[in-house]
Amino acid sequence: MIRFESVSKTYDGQRRAALDRVNVDIDKGEFVFLVGASGSGKSTFLRLILREQRATRGKVFVAGRDLGKLHSWKIPAMRRQIGTVFQDFRLLPNKTVTENVAFALQVIGKPPSTIKRVVPEVLELVGLDGKGGRLPEELSGGEQQRVAIARAFVNRPMILIADEPTGNLDPATSIGIMKLLDRINRANTTVLMATHDSTIVDQMRKRVIELDDGEVVRDQSRGVYGYQ
Amino acid sequence: MRFRHIFSETGAGLRQNLTMTLAVIMTMWVSLSLFGAGLLANQQVDLMKGRWYDKIEISIFLCTADVSGDNCDPGTDATDAQKQVIQQTLLSNPEVAADGVYFETKQMAYDEFQRAYAGSPIRDSLTVDQMQESFRVKLKNPEEYQGVVTSVQGLRGVQKVQDLRQYLDPFFKALNFVQWGTIVASALLLIAAALQIGNTIRLAAFARRREIGIMRLVGASNLYITLPFLFEAVFSALVGAALACATLGAGVYFVVMQKAEPAIRSIPWIGWSQTGLAMLGVALVGLVLAVIPTLVTTRKYLRV
Repeated sequence: MIRFESVSKTYDGQRRAALDRVNVDIDKGEFVFLVGASGSGKSTFLRLILREQRATRGKVFVAGRDLGKLHSWKIPAMRRQIGTVFQDFRLLPNKTVTENVAFALQVIGKPPSTIKRVVPEVLELVGLDGKGGRLPEELSGGEQQRVAIARAFVNRPMILIADEPTGNLDPATSIGIMKLLDRINRANTTVLMATHDSTIVDQMRKRVIELDDGEVVRDQSRGVYGYQ
Repeated sequence: MRFRHIFSETGAGLRQNLTMTLAVIMTMWVSLSLFGAGLLANQQVDLMKGRWYDKIEISIFLCTADVSGDNCDPGTDATDAQKQVIQQTLLSNPEVAADGVYFETKQMAYDEFQRAYAGSPIRDSLTVDQMQESFRVKLKNPEEYQGVVTSVQGLRGVQKVQDLRQYLDPFFKALNFVQWGTIVASALLLIAAALQIGNTIRLAAFARRREIGIMRLVGASNLYITLPFLFEAVFSALVGAALACATLGAGVYFVVMQKAEPAIRSIPWIGWSQTGLAMLGVALVGLVLAVIPTLVTTRKYLRV
């Protein structure tokens, strides 16, 4: 589903590589944690998958497509296969929960009838049924992240990328979010989650890819946050 | 493509940026009005030039016994042979219009003189024999008179070459200055309007950076992201252009048709057909001014 073939990325004006000859292969339906210190290259790794950045060397494949050869006008279609969740939720403050989720479908041209049917379904899935009319500021942090996950998942992407989704949440709330991501993963969606949260990684026992200074230093199935 | 959503985004953008939208509309209004006025002035000057140039001819006065000139033999009229040479020279000149050479005899000049000074004591001061014969020459292009003038100026029997243009030239120079003045001034204003539109779109994109970020993330197409901005700019431009067209129409009606035309009937005045042409120009330029800065700005700020 996601394959990095000897990928290096050096940003303009920087001598040090953000990613250095990274080889990673993630299959369909896998749940993968991406761990490492700040500046280890996690965000660059995710940006390359979204084609927000291009690899300086090597090849990045997403769903079988070589992103280096992807025409810029085909990027939007490629991104529809990927849902993305961030630490800071990135909800639209002046739109209700339902409108926030519907927005993701409207802007890719889905018909209103589909939107009307699909949005309540996904809100129920993330445990927000009955809260569709609220504004983001009326929700707790955990609920806001659920809205963000609903928005990322509403178009049923093949891949869900989560960049520190529990970074702003307390441990109890984080567990709820992880259960939700696990449910989504069980529906055969590939989940790639960058995190600093060792408790969660240790509890979930999923595949762990650790980056250090732009290099993959560990790729372990059923791993933990640090070495045992 | 769901246009309803795009239009609602456009409307939201216009409301969010109401003051900037108004500023753009007013700048467009003033600059496009001035540009339209420039177009109208241009057409007015062309009309006047056309009318006057039509009447302009070069007169080549021939020697008589009474007048003296460098190419005249003192005390004699220009000979038939000399007239023949002058006529041949004129007819063979490529700048001379077909059938553009006309010979005025002493008798014709005298008749004209009698008519012009009818009722005046000067009328009887000259005899037919004292009148000057002349060739009257019309040119294909009245601006290109210099070649014809020099070709006959040195010929024997030519007393004087008179070109009416030299009297009208300063006047046309002034008109040209007005023409170019309005065009340069409006060009500067139009550039300002284009820059302002670019800036407005940039502000609008900044105000909606969250939405745009999410649109890019969930895979909205570039066109979908750009269209609301384009519609916003086009809307402002069209309102500005409509106001400018109304201003031009009112100006032509109240100033030209009601005031100038009845007052000065001797020159042709622009009418609705010229005004329509100017309005068309205003609308086109307004549209281009809106679309190009928007595309340039959005390319820069909404890159995927």
